[in-house]
Amino acid sequence: MSETINEDARGINTSVDPSVLKSDTASENNEVCLEVNNLSLYYGETRALKDISFRMKRNRVTAFIGPSGCGKSTLLRCFNRMNDLIDSVRVEGEINLDGKNIYDADVDITALRQRVGMVFQKPNPFPMSIFENVSYGLRLQGITKRRELEEKVEWALKGAALWDEVKDRLDENALGMSGGQQQRLVIARAIAIEPEILLLDEPASALDPISTLKIEELIYELKSRYTILIVTHNMQQAARVSDETAFMYMGDMIEFGDTTTLFTNPAKKQTEDYITGRYG
Amino acid sequence: MEIQSKHISQQFNEEMENLRNQVMKMGGLVEQQISNAVLALKELDVPKAEKVIKKDHMVNALEVSVDEECARILARRQPAASDLRMVVAVIKTITDLERIGDEAEKVAKMAIHIAEDDGVFHARYNGIRHLSDHVSKMLHDALDAFARLDTETALRVLHDDEEADSEYQSLMRQLITHMMEDPRTISEVLDIMWAARALERIGDHSKNIGEYVIYLVEGRDIRHLDTDELEEIEKDLMS
Repeated sequence: MSETINEDARGINTSVDPSVLKSDTASENNEVCLEVNNLSLYYGETRALKDISFRMKRNRVTAFIGPSGCGKSTLLRCFNRMNDLIDSVRVEGEINLDGKNIYDADVDITALRQRVGMVFQKPNPFPMSIFENVSYGLRLQGITKRRELEEKVEWALKGAALWDEVKDRLDENALGMSGGQQQRLVIARAIAIEPEILLLDEPASALDPISTLKIEELIYELKSRYTILIVTHNMQQAARVSDETAFMYMGDMIEFGDTTTLFTNPAKKQTEDYITGRYG
Repeated sequence: MEIQSKHISQQFNEEMENLRNQVMKMGGLVEQQISNAVLALKELDVPKAEKVIKKDHMVNALEVSVDEECARILARRQPAASDLRMVVAVIKTITDLERIGDEAEKVAKMAIHIAEDDGVFHARYNGIRHLSDHVSKMLHDALDAFARLDTETALRVLHDDEEADSEYQSLMRQLITHMMEDPRTISEVLDIMWAARALERIGDHSKNIGEYVIYLVEGRDIRHLDTDELEEIEKDLMS
């Protein structure tokens, strides 16, 4: 009951049975979007991720927290195979996206990255106009009709809660925008190509509190359409925006679970010590 | 839950430590208020009763200051996990402690009332003594459980409340019988009843504190459960 009220209050159209959110029954399989099985990652000899397994559900926000160097960004980059760009990296285990292992030999990485968009810590707009930034990916997809591009750019900018601020200056250089606007522009660029999953690597850590709140609000809006994974150093932010939280430490996933539970009554002492700011 | 390792922020440590100490101080004061109120009732000692009434403002003042401290910690530290549960438990505990203080004040008022009425009945005080001993011990145990984060003692307080309730019920029956046998005692017995009622409420508040201790230590909310559900959780906690 409380689950329903809670969801309703946030204006989200779900009537999720609470038991579905917690249990591991087969009936929820259609809900599972990403499944990580025994994932290990090596940088040369160094094992940066150790035998990680968990599942994420569609249209949920999962936050990854943990001290610097714990492997959370490395893990995030596994989901769109960004780590492939580093020569010494070796990955074991599997990540199933809708049942298909993204590390299979026959996977088209470009297609994968269209399905799994990514936003980085520092906003990285291209040195071109706002319009061109958002339409860039669309053009790569082969869309050339001006009309279609305009429609999609508007849709993406609206989705990123930026449209009202930039609709009259779409031809201006994106580098002239504020940091918070740039970050939302980058998110608009990422959602323009309509991915299914958004990876956000500390999307608000370089932003002021108001811009941060706007990004958080945006995450909240976006989750009705995307499955979102967010890495953040800001624990309160993780607590605010996510449905599930994973605590990582030295390449291990120490705890993965419902965000409220994790922040009020974590199961593991290591999690407790980290989120309460204690010595180990 | 053992008391954990320290926060990286020494200041935060001190704030939490101070918060716990303030609760214990308030608890000590409230215990003293009950014992003096009951003593005043027993001996029909008006000055003692008046002292209890006068001192209630100290309990109230502590409630306000601890509340403020909790709000400050929430605003400045955004506590999580056991720290968060501690702050939440403290906020609730001091509310119950303040109410216990009010009940002690009621007992003291009844003592004055009975004394002024020149009580013929006051020999019957014995009946209320059991109840007052019992609930005083409950409060003591609840505070002890809070101080030591001891769920076993907290669970005992929960069970002790059942006994307090049944003692209260049987006391009521006794007092009703007295009133029927000797209508001259009615006015005074009514006062005793009010005092008994106040003591019974102290048992309820102590039970609440016991429940907060379980929440604080285990993160489980055991309020308003039926007997079966509670038994299951107890088994869980004891294993």
